[in-house]
Amino acid sequence: MRVRTLAVVLLAGGLALTACGKEGTPGESASGPTQQVATDVKVDGSKTFENITKRGKVVIGVKEDQPNLGYKDPTSGKYSGFDVEIAKLIAAKLGFGDDKIEYKAIASAGREQAIINGDIDYYVGTYTINDKRKQQISFAGPYFTAGQDLLVKKSDDSITGPESLKGKKVCSVTGSTPIQKVKSDNLTESSNIVELQNYSQCVQQLEQGAIHAVTTDDAILKGYAAQQPDLFKVVGKTFSKEPYGIGLAKDDKALRDKMNDILEEAIQGDGWKKIYDATLGKSGSPAEKPVIERY
Amino acid sequence: MDVLLDNLDLYGPGFRDTIELFLISAIGSLVLGTLLAMLRVAPVPVFRAAGTAYVTLLRNTPLTLVFFFFTFAFPLLKIVDASTFGGSASRYYFTAALIALILYTSAFVCEVVRAGINTVPVGQAEASRALGLTFGQMLGYVVLPQATRAVVPPMVSTMIALLKNTTIASGFSVFQAGAISLNLAERGDSQLIGLLWVALFFVILVIPMSLLQRSLEKRWSIAR
Repeated sequence: MRVRTLAVVLLAGGLALTACGKEGTPGESASGPTQQVATDVKVDGSKTFENITKRGKVVIGVKEDQPNLGYKDPTSGKYSGFDVEIAKLIAAKLGFGDDKIEYKAIASAGREQAIINGDIDYYVGTYTINDKRKQQISFAGPYFTAGQDLLVKKSDDSITGPESLKGKKVCSVTGSTPIQKVKSDNLTESSNIVELQNYSQCVQQLEQGAIHAVTTDDAILKGYAAQQPDLFKVVGKTFSKEPYGIGLAKDDKALRDKMNDILEEAIQGDGWKKIYDATLGKSGSPAEKPVIERY
Repeated sequence: MDVLLDNLDLYGPGFRDTIELFLISAIGSLVLGTLLAMLRVAPVPVFRAAGTAYVTLLRNTPLTLVFFFFTFAFPLLKIVDASTFGGSASRYYFTAALIALILYTSAFVCEVVRAGINTVPVGQAEASRALGLTFGQMLGYVVLPQATRAVVPPMVSTMIALLKNTTIASGFSVFQAGAISLNLAERGDSQLIGLLWVALFFVILVIPMSLLQRSLEKRWSIAR
């Protein structure tokens, strides 16, 4: 009898809980332009490409929680956004269509290790090119130039840039470069720094009024602002330069050169612009084409 | 070695906060856990039910969920104003982490203490009642002192688990040892080596606790 009562209570509780939650899908999924899949691609001397060919599909590391950049629709399980479209473009030009791509969502902190371990073939997801990272992995690109910016409530006029952050609560992801910059440049008091697990949590705290600003690369912030344009705005004063690259194995120069060729062609032609317009471009801000840096 | 020396500004404050978080929540959970154990053996049925309900609820909940509740849901209840609590944002999150750790760990401490109480023969409780001791006196003078001796090893294990559980706070805006590797990843240092150093420091922190356990066991051992 007692067991049955317990079971009924748990079941009722479970049903009540599942009834909660938002209806519908948050953030429309952006579908990018379809890419022509290349045939008979050869990348001589590339170990990664050899593995991809043997496996018959390409495994790409992406972000899953950044709307319009790298976003996984929780209901359909489909990935969308600017970074994802770039990843698709590269895969298509390597000879692998949409059906031969496997996405793996990997958070910032695990990126280098995933590439070193060979869990993924390459990574496209707000991956800033810098020299220290180049000691562990290598970068193709940059395919986008972002910069640190601030996301605030639309009604908030007191924050106009990095110099007006004093006394304001600023949120970003634990240990991320933007929050380390806020700390090292003393943009706000250390007791006003909030570090959470992902940007969505920061944006939620901003919505609740628990914090005053979310800081990270403008590309990520624009993705959120585009989702709820009546609620948030991006301040628009970038105070760093973050060239995004495609992360891949350190010693695979052949594949890196091939990717740079693919990106170069897309940037020179209209491929890159099409991808931008279908994703981040919806925020209304213009695109600045990046310049490939080969090494 | 370079990873450690280049990032002393992470390791120093990181482990200082870990130790602070651990010490306060250890004391808090020992006190609360013992009180809960007293509830669970109390002669009043309502007290026993309250103790059992608490342990069932908290022991069966993932710690991350408890953290989530106090970081994100609790401010929505508007019992305290999170944006002005303690004068700063970091104070709120630190307190939230402390409360989450204390509430969670005390459920385990409670069960450990209760196990100790069960090792004390019933006759002793009956004898103290026959002598006219109150329930509190019986627990405080007769049962708990003997119970404590019996539970040193599992209690130290619970405390070691608490020490390691503090790292979960890194995802909830408390900077401590668990956040070091996340910072290292962004600085571009090797995370694996960084994590090895973190592991080493945790071993160094745990060794004194194991030594304490051994010395307490030796000092408190009695022929029974």
